[in-house]
Amino acid sequence: MQTINFLKPNRDNIKNYSIIGSFLVLVSLIDVISNAFLKINLTSFLPGSLSTLFPLIIGLIGLNMMRIDYSGNKTLDLLNKNINTNNFNALLTLLILFSIIKALPQSLSWMILDATISGDSKDACTGTGACWTYIKVWFRRFMYGMYPNEFHWRINTAFILVIALGFVGYFMKENLKKYLALYYVIIYPVIAYLVIYYLISGGSFGLQWVETGAWGGLSLTFIVSFFCLIFCFPLGMIFALGRRSNLPVIKYISICYIEFWRGVPLITVLFMSSVMFPMFLPEDFFMDKLVRVIIAITLFEAAYCAEVIRGGLQSLPRGQYDAAKSLGMGYWKMHIFVILPQALKLVIPGIANTFLALVKDTPLIFVVGLAELAGMLALAKTNPKWLGFAMEGYIFASIIFWIICYAMSKYSYNLEAKYKTER
Amino acid sequence: MSDPIIKIQNMNKWFGDFQVLKNINLEVEANKKIVVCGPSGSGKSTLIRCINRLEEHQEGDIIVDGNELSEKTKDIEKIRAEVGMVFQQFNLFPHLSILDNCTLAPIWVKKMPKKEAQELALDQLKKVQIDDQANKFPGQLSGGQQQRCAIARALCMQPKIMLFDEPTSALDPEMIKEVLDAMVSLAKGGMTMIVVTHEMGFAKEVADEVIFMDEGMIIEKAETKEFFASPKSDRTKLFLSQIL
Repeated sequence: MQTINFLKPNRDNIKNYSIIGSFLVLVSLIDVISNAFLKINLTSFLPGSLSTLFPLIIGLIGLNMMRIDYSGNKTLDLLNKNINTNNFNALLTLLILFSIIKALPQSLSWMILDATISGDSKDACTGTGACWTYIKVWFRRFMYGMYPNEFHWRINTAFILVIALGFVGYFMKENLKKYLALYYVIIYPVIAYLVIYYLISGGSFGLQWVETGAWGGLSLTFIVSFFCLIFCFPLGMIFALGRRSNLPVIKYISICYIEFWRGVPLITVLFMSSVMFPMFLPEDFFMDKLVRVIIAITLFEAAYCAEVIRGGLQSLPRGQYDAAKSLGMGYWKMHIFVILPQALKLVIPGIANTFLALVKDTPLIFVVGLAELAGMLALAKTNPKWLGFAMEGYIFASIIFWIICYAMSKYSYNLEAKYKTER
Repeated sequence: MSDPIIKIQNMNKWFGDFQVLKNINLEVEANKKIVVCGPSGSGKSTLIRCINRLEEHQEGDIIVDGNELSEKTKDIEKIRAEVGMVFQQFNLFPHLSILDNCTLAPIWVKKMPKKEAQELALDQLKKVQIDDQANKFPGQLSGGQQQRCAIARALCMQPKIMLFDEPTSALDPEMIKEVLDAMVSLAKGGMTMIVVTHEMGFAKEVADEVIFMDEGMIIEKAETKEFFASPKSDRTKLFLSQIL
């Protein structure tokens, strides 16, 4: 222990200690980097295992020399507080840092340096790296599924229209603001449905009919997620209120609904919706497979939304209910103006969580033969001409899903900040 | 003697097995100010919460402004709109500005035009001297200001009766006075008030009658002067000796 105490800095000599310490850490980093990138072992003069451990030991000593409770130097204090609190944490910091550095060259060369992107067939991919040609060739399929190439503009136009209509709320006149909820809950979904029906499905206005079985890829992910998201939220709200109702019938219906849907796996629900459900319907009644799937996911996720929203309702103090009641508000006025605005604000993180899960659950619709992004990948990787590129496909899909989900969670943070009020 | 605006007869109330209110009889005439005092847990708050049916009573009658409160009462909202209430914890709506707190109920319950409601609200806020805070949010105000806003919010419904449930108990000593001042000027304006409070100074200044409650019963009910000068029951004497 003597030696370690000898390496302990105090406030007077911290300057010298931190310079020596950071120099030692730098040496350890240089050793690992040169080892990983240049394949040079700077410490080959040391015996076997000591040579491997050398950067770790040097780095630890360096961090130990820099560790002090309070130095007054902002950067140093930040470093000490977060990654250098004790020897164990310093060790973890170094191990993580070194693993990342060690893994970088391989992944870099596979993904970028040795990768292929030229050409338009499998033959172009001869290198040892990733074959991005595969993604390039299949890109349209991954985006639009089996939808005919010459009609892709219809999907693009429909999406642009739907997104533009979504922004209407921002430009609404002040005196129309009270219809905002009505617009987003009822009018907007109907318009969006009509746009998607007439543009993407076609069949009228001289547009050729494209059946939903041909839809696919990322655009289908968007369509399914979009409708499920906008319908499951109001439905969940109704069941959350229902579960807290004083009327036993409504209360028990809500409880049964929530417990039923939370208790069954989504995959069986989807399977039922496409295989069992049509058997119970009259012969001449036709409901599109895609519509059935959207309804199934909506009903399923609504149960989760309901429980999240109920959590928010329960966290409000009873005084809020008392105050609203004492002002003569009835059940609906009290909930619309006082309770829900506060409760929904509280559950934004939970709702964002549910929505992210929903988006990432959409690949499950593959079990009923609808191929959205991940589904198209599964089809593409079994194509005889393109065997063996599953890895590239899944990395591509992960990146796309990550971007979508990250955008959603960023948006939820924005909402939280926007509606934050002091209590 | 005019007809009482609030009439409670043989009222009993239980929370589960526990009887909180026992055989309450009370008549309040219009424009009278009643102060209810007593030790904590004696049922004072429950009593006034029964008057606008935030709590339901199990036995007896409560008649407010000619309407009997019972399970059959259909438009309880209409009665509540005429009975303003101020709470110990203020219970302002934290997501709305002070002005919106005051205009919400007049606009949506009384169907008052927005402009008229805002004028009324500013007028009421001026009376409690926080009209300069109208655009702030409740969280930005001090406790005393919040409670005065709560009084203004209740007054915006232009109630016939005002109920106060320990309005100063959650406040710093310095802020109690500003709230009491607002209540005194309201009392002098002729409002019918039932106030649960421990502020005996307030009781002496404005109350017509003082009620002392203990263990769910009304122990003593007397005119203010008489109540403080010559309390009849020993329990009241003990209580007064402890808090005066």
